[in-house]
Amino acid sequence: MSQGLIEAGHHAARAGLSRRTFLKLGVTAGVAASGGLLIGFSLPAASQDRSKGKSVIGGDAIESPQDGIFAPNAFVQIDKSGKIVLIMPKVEMGQGVYTALPMLIAEELEVPLDSVTIDHAPPNEKLFTDPLLGGQLTGGSTSVRYAWEPLRKAGAAARMMLVAAAAQQWQCDPSSCMAQGGKVLHASGDRSASYAELAEAAARLPVPQDIKLKDPNSFKIIGTPVRRLDSPEKVDGTAMFGLDVRLPDMVYAAIVNCPVFGGTLASVDDSNAKKIPGVRQVVKFDNGVAVIGEHTWAAKRGAAALQIQWNEGPSASVSTKQIVDDMAHASQRTGAVARKEGDVNNAFSSAKTRVDAVYVQPFLAHATMEPINCTVHVRPDGCDIWLGTQVPTRIRDAGMKATGLPADKIFVHNHLLGGGFGRRLEFDMATQALKIGKALGVPVKVTWSREEDIQHDMYRPCYYDKLSAGLDANGKPVAWTHRIVGSSVLARFAPPAFKDGIDPDAVEVASDLPYDLPNQLVDYVRLEPHDVPTAFWRGVGPTRGTFVVESFIDELAIQAKADPVEYRRALLGKSPRARNVLDVATQAAGWGKQSVPQGQGRGVSVMHAFGSFFSIVADVAVDKDGAVKVNRIVCAVDCGMVVNPNTVEAQVQGGIIFGITAALYSEITIKDGRVEQSNFTDYRMLRIHETPPVEVHIVKSMESPGGIGEPGTAALAPAITNAIHAATGKRLRQLPVGNQLRSA
Amino acid sequence: MSTLSINGENHTIDVPPDMPLLWVLRDIVGLTGTKFGCGIAQCGACTVHLDGVAVRSCVLPIAAVGDRKVTTIEGVGDTPAGRKVQEAWRQLDVVQCGYCQSGQVMSAAALLTTVPDPNDADIDAAMAGNICRCGTYHRIRAAIKQAAKEA
Repeated sequence: MSQGLIEAGHHAARAGLSRRTFLKLGVTAGVAASGGLLIGFSLPAASQDRSKGKSVIGGDAIESPQDGIFAPNAFVQIDKSGKIVLIMPKVEMGQGVYTALPMLIAEELEVPLDSVTIDHAPPNEKLFTDPLLGGQLTGGSTSVRYAWEPLRKAGAAARMMLVAAAAQQWQCDPSSCMAQGGKVLHASGDRSASYAELAEAAARLPVPQDIKLKDPNSFKIIGTPVRRLDSPEKVDGTAMFGLDVRLPDMVYAAIVNCPVFGGTLASVDDSNAKKIPGVRQVVKFDNGVAVIGEHTWAAKRGAAALQIQWNEGPSASVSTKQIVDDMAHASQRTGAVARKEGDVNNAFSSAKTRVDAVYVQPFLAHATMEPINCTVHVRPDGCDIWLGTQVPTRIRDAGMKATGLPADKIFVHNHLLGGGFGRRLEFDMATQALKIGKALGVPVKVTWSREEDIQHDMYRPCYYDKLSAGLDANGKPVAWTHRIVGSSVLARFAPPAFKDGIDPDAVEVASDLPYDLPNQLVDYVRLEPHDVPTAFWRGVGPTRGTFVVESFIDELAIQAKADPVEYRRALLGKSPRARNVLDVATQAAGWGKQSVPQGQGRGVSVMHAFGSFFSIVADVAVDKDGAVKVNRIVCAVDCGMVVNPNTVEAQVQGGIIFGITAALYSEITIKDGRVEQSNFTDYRMLRIHETPPVEVHIVKSMESPGGIGEPGTAALAPAITNAIHAATGKRLRQLPVGNQLRSA
Repeated sequence: MSTLSINGENHTIDVPPDMPLLWVLRDIVGLTGTKFGCGIAQCGACTVHLDGVAVRSCVLPIAAVGDRKVTTIEGVGDTPAGRKVQEAWRQLDVVQCGYCQSGQVMSAAALLTTVPDPNDADIDAAMAGNICRCGTYHRIRAAIKQAAKEA
């Protein structure tokens, strides 16, 4: 009957599978200690419920493959039937890693991309830790940067072993054999064997220690525009997101979270809720109430009928104004020094002119299109968790903490993410679902309404930046100070990364400018916004930092009566890649070539972050009522060697659109300890008719790959506000643009 | 009890009459390709067709469906416009996270059914109700034009 219903018996199937207890792990990957792997595996459930049987994404990887499966490392499994499964150490949330990472493996493994199946990796830090992030996390635009070498090596090691297996059978030297198209061929041309035929023999061979990678000039897949492997199932409705999980005997939960951050449940009258047909039960927990229904609609109606009293707690009077005022006050303090060059005091005293500015950026919600959800089945002897997450190991840990069960009894079933943007780096939804699941004993799918999703997000922090610069007689900056005040996401998310009062994310870009500034002092004052929870958001530190420094450098150019592009160029002598993208973007945009009509303006930004270089030119129009329209975006990107140009263009365009939404519209405000926005009516998204053309120029480079998911977002806002200044003479030092230009 | 025609099959459904079609499809019938995004017809993720016309299923009570035929993302490939739209979506690699794309495909297919050769203004009007947080709008526009060319 039902599509999408995970068939019964996954527990039985799990118990029935044999378990090979030793895998030749990680020797080639450089991310894992070799050794036994005894963590629980799970049936690739999602793969069984495909109605059309053509899905590329299988489901959960089986961590301990059965005998006879060739699994030379954590990323490649080939069985006797020739099925090639690639295990993804990163999760797919739209950024294209379920295409780019298979490209890296397939290039060296010598298999066509249409012959592979992709499985989600289970939680396992030993196998899947990204050293750039210090865990099994997907974020920070690190996926290709991390995978570039280990995944090519994983493919190459497998290929070498398959070649060695063929050479052994043919009693010839491996150098007389070559791999091609999923087969090993003998140089004579008279013998060949498929990987399927060789898998069992290859599994008995040692993993090679000395792995030679291809010369990039001989790449056949890397660098070519490849269509996404996950595209077909996302076009016909069969793609499985966390919200799409269906289980036998599953019930549905709707949630009412305490509207005030830090508040708790006092009491609830659920008599009306329980009268609603289909409502089964009401579950109370520390800071909210769940209504359990036979379907989502019953649960939602039940939640709406609850009468709840809250203990609102100490944050019940908190407002945005208070938070910003607190930051302004904190900005009087000396912060922890993130960057110090030369002697700024001396430089200020000899400067001809001085420029001072304060910038303020708002809280932002992630608003992933897939609202927050989590499905759990908590039993005395085990616990299954289904969701789309950027942090599978943290979800497993949340399961252990909630149930008291050991790691091998917690089964995390990861899914495609209907948007991540940092929201799914958090595990709050799992902790909450587990509280509810423990009270039920049957599988329960917890789905937040959009209103809960917006009002109980963990937000991109509000920030307050105070800058001063001293210019010499030629207008050149000789002194630069920058104090950053705001929440430290890292101090909560990864405490060891917060050292000596410095949050490396909060000061990113600001403390490592591409500009040549002889005397600079950048410091950071941590101030948490009462109980408003903060988290990473697309572009992380560089989104915050780039808006500020690229606006301020524009202010200096104007003070110096210089062209904003020429002014930047003159300071980029030590950063040729940054200067190059600036040149490419501005030339493509026709900077300085044609005059801009009255009421319109052109602005620029340049950025080095995520291992990539980025420059954006924005053309905007401001009408007489102060409404801003973005007419065109031109950008240049140098992200090193490109794995899939098709994805790079898509990520840049999408990242820029994400950035335009934030720059023009986005702001979460707090009143009486509550978020004032609630849905797409008052937390507005850019729509197709408001989207300008976005020209993407990819600079050819043989440098190692840089990140591409976030730079477009991070570099966008200052290009817009600089263009607004060019159009109107008004400098916007606060985001979003919103109604700031509207005539009162 | 009511009977719904969904993708050419009749389903007998026993749910409250005010239950939106979205939850009937997802929770009762098990067609999870139609997505929940906002619950107030602001994002378009839940778009389905009633007799070929795009509607937001999250605010459509099942009692209001009547005898109109429901087509969802799982069935739209069997219609000429839906097939062309899905093919163009694949060829131009429109999707990113993919969550909104069921709704985007449904809106685009409904557009091409009534306006076989849409211009930019037609596309804006038909697609403005569908939010894509990943920002795939450029490729959505290009794919609709490509699908129209296949006519």
